[in-house]
Amino acid sequence: MAVVFEKTRGLTDVQTHYCPGCTHGIVHRLVAESLEELGVLDDTIGVAPVGCSVLAYKYFNCDMHEAAHGRAPAVATGIKRVHPDKFVFTYQGDGDLASIGTAEIVHAAHRGEKISTIFINNAIYGMTGGQMAPTTLVGQKATTAPYGRDEAHAGRPIRMAEMLATIHGAKFVERVAVNTPANVRKAKKAIKRCFETQINGEGFGIVEVLSTCPTNWGYTPEEALKWLEENMIPYYPLGNFRTPEEVE
Amino acid sequence: MPKVKGRVTFQENLCKGCGLCVSVCPMKIISLNKEKINEKGYHPATVKEMNKCIGCSNCATMCPDVVITVERLTE
Repeated sequence: MAVVFEKTRGLTDVQTHYCPGCTHGIVHRLVAESLEELGVLDDTIGVAPVGCSVLAYKYFNCDMHEAAHGRAPAVATGIKRVHPDKFVFTYQGDGDLASIGTAEIVHAAHRGEKISTIFINNAIYGMTGGQMAPTTLVGQKATTAPYGRDEAHAGRPIRMAEMLATIHGAKFVERVAVNTPANVRKAKKAIKRCFETQINGEGFGIVEVLSTCPTNWGYTPEEALKWLEENMIPYYPLGNFRTPEEVE
Repeated sequence: MPKVKGRVTFQENLCKGCGLCVSVCPMKIISLNKEKINEKGYHPATVKEMNKCIGCSNCATMCPDVVITVERLTE
């Protein structure tokens, strides 16, 4: 018997605090495996956000830094400019990146910082108890939108990947989902390609990962995957929006 | 007897019983063990008929807590 799948060295042995069935764990694994496979794990500095993944610095087996809410790209900018030889990534949720940290991510991309960002979009504020996020779908219920998001009142959800793809400095932009094993494998390919964009010195890269929040959505983990497929993917289409080759 | 093609092992005490592995197993051989409660207080995932495992790694791919190791027959 040959081992075909085992836990990567890129993750620590600390047990995550995530709810059962939360797909943060899957994305953590994909990031850690990519770092290990690209041979940059020991030269990596990650920046953790505020949100459910605020404790991400405990789980990645590399140097980590905590940032104030939404400011991970700014912190990562500083780290990368002081240590241009290090691999620097940020791991951010939608409340962090698409709300309070919109300015930081837009301008980090605009300046073409050579950092990589993993953006977890689960259409809700998870850690604080299921409030409406900029990414919450129209009609989707949240504790601050008990009758569902009202477009006339709160507008339509923001599509970060499409928006960032209009910026010249963003060299790699892709949206993936982790709702099926096939999509998880595609997500890993995208994350690796995004990381290579930084390793090759080509510039800023971001992967938006459609993710689930069974607890705050009010579904079982399995139902949540189905809800993601039926509701999120139609509004947030999967695919690549930018590669370094296209930008030229 | 079908030939054993794959084998999965679960770190049962780290399992949160979310059941994502159960939902993606093509052979439908994974279940949550209702007779057992682990250290975290969940019913851990388990496989009763390991000889049906094909070693596809779908379960491990979807496990958010990376508790699954997959082995496959080399020949």
